[in-house]
Amino acid sequence: MITLNALEKSFGQNHVLRGVTLQVPKGSSMVIIGGSGTGKSVLLKCILGLVTPDRGTITVAGQDILHAKGPKARSAFLDRFGMLFQGGALFDSLPVWHNVAFRLLRGAQAMPAQKARALAVEKLRRVGLGPDVADRFPAELSGGMQKRVGLARAIATDPEIIFFDEPTAGLDPIMSGVINSLIREIVVEMGATAMTITHDMTSVRAIADDVAMLHDGTIKWCGPVAQIDHSGDAYLDQFIHGRATGPIAAIR
Amino acid sequence: MTLISSVLGTIGAAVMGALAAVGRVVIFALNTVSHLLRPPFYWREFLAALVQIGWLSLPVVGLTALFTGGALALQIYAGGSRFNAEAVVPSIVAIGMVRELGPVLGGLMVAARVASSIAAEIGTMKVTEQIDAMVTLSTDPMKYLTLPRVLAATVSVPLLVAVGDAIGIMGGYMVGTTRLGFNPAVYLQNTADFLETWDVVSGMIKGAAFGFIVALMGCYHGMQSGRGAQGVGAATKSAVVAASVLILAANYLLTEVFFAA
Repeated sequence: MITLNALEKSFGQNHVLRGVTLQVPKGSSMVIIGGSGTGKSVLLKCILGLVTPDRGTITVAGQDILHAKGPKARSAFLDRFGMLFQGGALFDSLPVWHNVAFRLLRGAQAMPAQKARALAVEKLRRVGLGPDVADRFPAELSGGMQKRVGLARAIATDPEIIFFDEPTAGLDPIMSGVINSLIREIVVEMGATAMTITHDMTSVRAIADDVAMLHDGTIKWCGPVAQIDHSGDAYLDQFIHGRATGPIAAIR
Repeated sequence: MTLISSVLGTIGAAVMGALAAVGRVVIFALNTVSHLLRPPFYWREFLAALVQIGWLSLPVVGLTALFTGGALALQIYAGGSRFNAEAVVPSIVAIGMVRELGPVLGGLMVAARVASSIAAEIGTMKVTEQIDAMVTLSTDPMKYLTLPRVLAATVSVPLLVAVGDAIGIMGGYMVGTTRLGFNPAVYLQNTADFLETWDVVSGMIKGAAFGFIVALMGCYHGMQSGRGAQGVGAATKSAVVAASVLILAANYLLTEVFFAA
């Protein structure tokens, strides 16, 4: 289980997170929604240690991750995670298979290159890409293919926890549907705990077990995805229906 | 009174900002060096950086040295003829190239070529979240990106300087023997007679220091890059400017240490 308690983070005078408290049960798929600039990505980066929160606690399976000391402890912690970045964040100087097998070629999970390549090709197949893609470079792929490669990299070591940052951003509706289905299938198949941040309500309905609405630095609403249409929460209602009027101020 | 305190405040803020920047660079440098003692070491990245920084910089350093050696021979001949000292051309070309112009011009050319490319590459990786992705894949960017580049530059630039020195002396020899009427054998004998081992070694030590500075500035400014194309552009510019200025400053300090009476 991932537990965030009273998490706060500011960048200068910009108070992005103002006391986020959230629980993500083991094996469930939590989708965090909210407008642009509400701190969804910062939240994920706090959990991964890419951003250090000002206050609050984060525990994963009962372990306080903000006070994990030393590179080995940090590496062991990160080995439990996989992440699909919004833009893919593929290493453009490396071929696709090397991107997917990056973690398999170094560190605690290192294995011979041939074995790592075979595993990478298998993961590429799992996300619908053929072995011919393995030796191409990221710049030679379409946006949808890059997302799939990013997904293959995120699941390469069968992590316990997977984060998805705007998995369908920049994709056409059909490719978005494909990526959503893949994410749902893989999360269920692996039994992983998933956290996804998105604006895309189609993704929310396809991926989520639970939904949390982040607004003004706090969680405004949290509950099962089946309840989002009848939540009675004015913020959530305005967001999921995309209304310009309501408690969330729209800048025109 | 208010005006004075305002001016002093502005000066104080600028000084504090500059000291903070120096502190950040020093911490970055110490952190980089400390990774030498802590495994893992990424040999493949080191060898790739060695090719990129050392081998591929050879043409530009060689051409710079060749033309500089030639021009130096012409200048020393023209200047020396004012007091009948044309004969010193071979020795002054050799000493000038090996002690000063070889390391400094080689370092500056590598700064232009390598600091910019490292800063642009790492800066782009930062703004496209590749650095974050690397961290989430349990790989330390300081170990994977910075240390191999800094080490490769520190090792390869002295070798580039040595090759540049030889080419520069060759440039002076070509001009001296074809344009200035020197006897080839006498030119080479004069060069060898007046050149000491320490001249060459001191130049190579300077090269190592300049290589370290160049790669460190490229990596530091790349890692500090702001968002978007403008951020990467600014990081690239800062890396080249900082590397060039630091090379010239370090050259003065090292010359003072090595050769001051």
